[in-house]
Amino acid sequence: MNNNHTSHTPEDLQQLAQEHLDQLAQIKADTGKIKTKQRLAIPQQEMPAQDPGQRRTNMSEVALGYFEEQALVEAERCLQCKNAPCVAGCPVAIDIPGFIQKITERDYAAAHQIINRTSLLPAVCGRVCPQENQCQAPCTVGKSLKDTFQSVSIGRLERFVADWHAHHRHKNSVDAATKRTEPPAATGKKVGIIGSGPASITAAADLRRAGHEVTMFEAFHKPGGVMMYGIPEFRLPKEIVETEIDDLRRMGVEIRTNFLVGRTRKLTDLLELDGFDALFIGSGAGLPRFMHIEGENLVGVFAANEFLTRSNLMKAYDTSRADTPIRQARKVAVLGGGNVAMDAARTAVRLGAEEVHVIYRRTRTEMPARAEEVDHAEEEGVRFHFLHNPTRIIGDDTSHVCGIELLRHELGEPDDSGRRRPIPVPGSEHLMEVDTVIVSIGNSSNPLLVSSTPGLKTNRWGNIEVDEQCRTSLPKVYAGGDIVLGAATVILAMGQGREAAAAIHADLQ
Amino acid sequence: MYHILHKEQLAEKVFLMKIQAPLIAQERRAGQFVIIQPDTDFGERIPLTIADADVTAGTITLIFQAVGKTTTDLSAMQTGDPVANVLGPLGNPTHIANFGHVVCVAGGIGAAPMFPIAQALKQAGNSLTLIIGARSRELVILEERMRSIADNLIICTDDGSYGRKALVTEPLEELCSGADKPDKVFAIGPPVMMKFCAATTKPYQVPTMVSLNTIMVDGTGMCGGCRVTVNGETRFTCVDGPEFDGHQVDFENMLARLGSYRPQEQDALHKCRISV
Repeated sequence: MNNNHTSHTPEDLQQLAQEHLDQLAQIKADTGKIKTKQRLAIPQQEMPAQDPGQRRTNMSEVALGYFEEQALVEAERCLQCKNAPCVAGCPVAIDIPGFIQKITERDYAAAHQIINRTSLLPAVCGRVCPQENQCQAPCTVGKSLKDTFQSVSIGRLERFVADWHAHHRHKNSVDAATKRTEPPAATGKKVGIIGSGPASITAAADLRRAGHEVTMFEAFHKPGGVMMYGIPEFRLPKEIVETEIDDLRRMGVEIRTNFLVGRTRKLTDLLELDGFDALFIGSGAGLPRFMHIEGENLVGVFAANEFLTRSNLMKAYDTSRADTPIRQARKVAVLGGGNVAMDAARTAVRLGAEEVHVIYRRTRTEMPARAEEVDHAEEEGVRFHFLHNPTRIIGDDTSHVCGIELLRHELGEPDDSGRRRPIPVPGSEHLMEVDTVIVSIGNSSNPLLVSSTPGLKTNRWGNIEVDEQCRTSLPKVYAGGDIVLGAATVILAMGQGREAAAAIHADLQ
Repeated sequence: MYHILHKEQLAEKVFLMKIQAPLIAQERRAGQFVIIQPDTDFGERIPLTIADADVTAGTITLIFQAVGKTTTDLSAMQTGDPVANVLGPLGNPTHIANFGHVVCVAGGIGAAPMFPIAQALKQAGNSLTLIIGARSRELVILEERMRSIADNLIICTDDGSYGRKALVTEPLEELCSGADKPDKVFAIGPPVMMKFCAATTKPYQVPTMVSLNTIMVDGTGMCGGCRVTVNGETRFTCVDGPEFDGHQVDFENMLARLGSYRPQEQDALHKCRISV
């Protein structure tokens, strides 16, 4: 059902693409244009990837990005639909046919400008967006071939354009980033942005472009939020995030790290004493959930947040240089089936674990993780135990994890989410010997800011309540991203950041 | 940047530093802590309790013992040097009220976080008994400052080189069983000391608060590394604490969790000593 398995070497893929490119050039030369039927026959270009055996031992990026030849072939698969259903599937409504058209014309700078009109983070989104559920889901090509995974690879093309731009920006005189640095006409208004993840970055950029003075507050020592501490290097190189943050600084956004709003300074003080005219809260969903089963506080049980932060932000994988230690795990059980679970499992592999087991209570079909991540994990040797749920974690006499008890499940009737509910099979308990357990069953919103800000309304899950323009119950205070949505995706957070920025700008007039 | 404006050595491996951090100095209350990280790219983030602050000078005072890689690195830094990152104030402030007779038990370096709490308790009108425990005379810190606020100061050393040759639990037990039974006890020090203080006061039903110094990464509730078992429930030291009811803390679990990285820590310290 999906074509992401890497069966060819990068060199083969480049060679194959060149052959397709020659054929397409021939068709154009012969008939003047490529017919829809011919476009549908162009094979989807496979993403070149590091060899699984090799990448198990390094932190370098797994997906290597399209060769130019591949991007040119893939772009020709786009039918340039007049109604562009893909655009409706994108939370920030990138002009997808527009930028793909520019790729076919080999005008990558123009393609980048088109994306940049609506998205500030194409290098990030091209890598981590769940395109199969967004822009690529309604794609006409995928529909015609009756397989979403055969849609035009919009995300890979977006990444190609972003990476091309990153490599050529210094020589490019009409660089979009240079344009960003043009000082906007100052409005004299001060806006504070709380948090520095995707929602905050988008809001900060839009507000700065509109001429407001923008200050971003980040509790950690490095900005970028979940893109820095959560998503591993092998999926999103930190250099890419840092480049995006540097762009913000060049635009004139002031970034204050080591600043926890609610503790270092009260939110109300920022408004009443420090002269901020508006505040945007994009502080994310940073409170790890646990299962509340026996043994959860044993030595060797981690929230995925901790495990990943140690590796990603604190660079604990670099044992020769980093002071932050990380568990030297031998046999690992990862609990959960989302992208974070895949990140944790694949990080454990790279840190040298002999066995990594993902325990998920439903089946592969219901897994919230992207198919590509699941495939990659499997290629790297991660073992999946579907329809299993832990009942307790077992410790030795020194309180260290030595095993986990699992209960088998089977699928019953669909539940509220429309997915078939897993039903425990009585008496099917059995033990798995592990020395490390990584809990990755999601995050709730961190209550710190809300509890230190009287009058800020939340729903029953602790998420901040906002209206359609991201206005909270407090005047001058807006919110967006995971703190409003619950744990979601980079692109949805960006969409909200944009929404809030527009509302702030309008309200400040 | 957070510059070190003053540094002095208080005892063997025990250092006092005043660090420039005006916002933290202004907001901090007794019982709160900071996370410091000496190097942005490869440094470790560790929690240290704020011992004192000067709002006018914009400084916070940290007192720490050079026991691990990061505290050893920090102890080698000099006046004028910048500490790359200081985040705070974190954790909930101590609940200060007029309880009546309060006994504060400070073990070793625990005197540093105890001082602002004891000071606030004194200001709130409590009758204050302070018990300071240390391995030996040289390791007794802040004695004069403690003496200036205490109604009754008891010093115990393990080797008898100063004050009573006793563990802090000995005078604590005497106080609990005596005529002026404490209304509240605060204990800050090594986890084992806090465990035994809580065990000492429990039979007398004297409410006892302990301040936990668990392993942390972010200190804001995000990583969950600092979790402790309190009354059978999982709590996060960074956002739910750092102070908890000592009678409800599962100290065995806490002690085990504190040792999570012992092999790596010893390895790092070893490397660090070789390079010095």
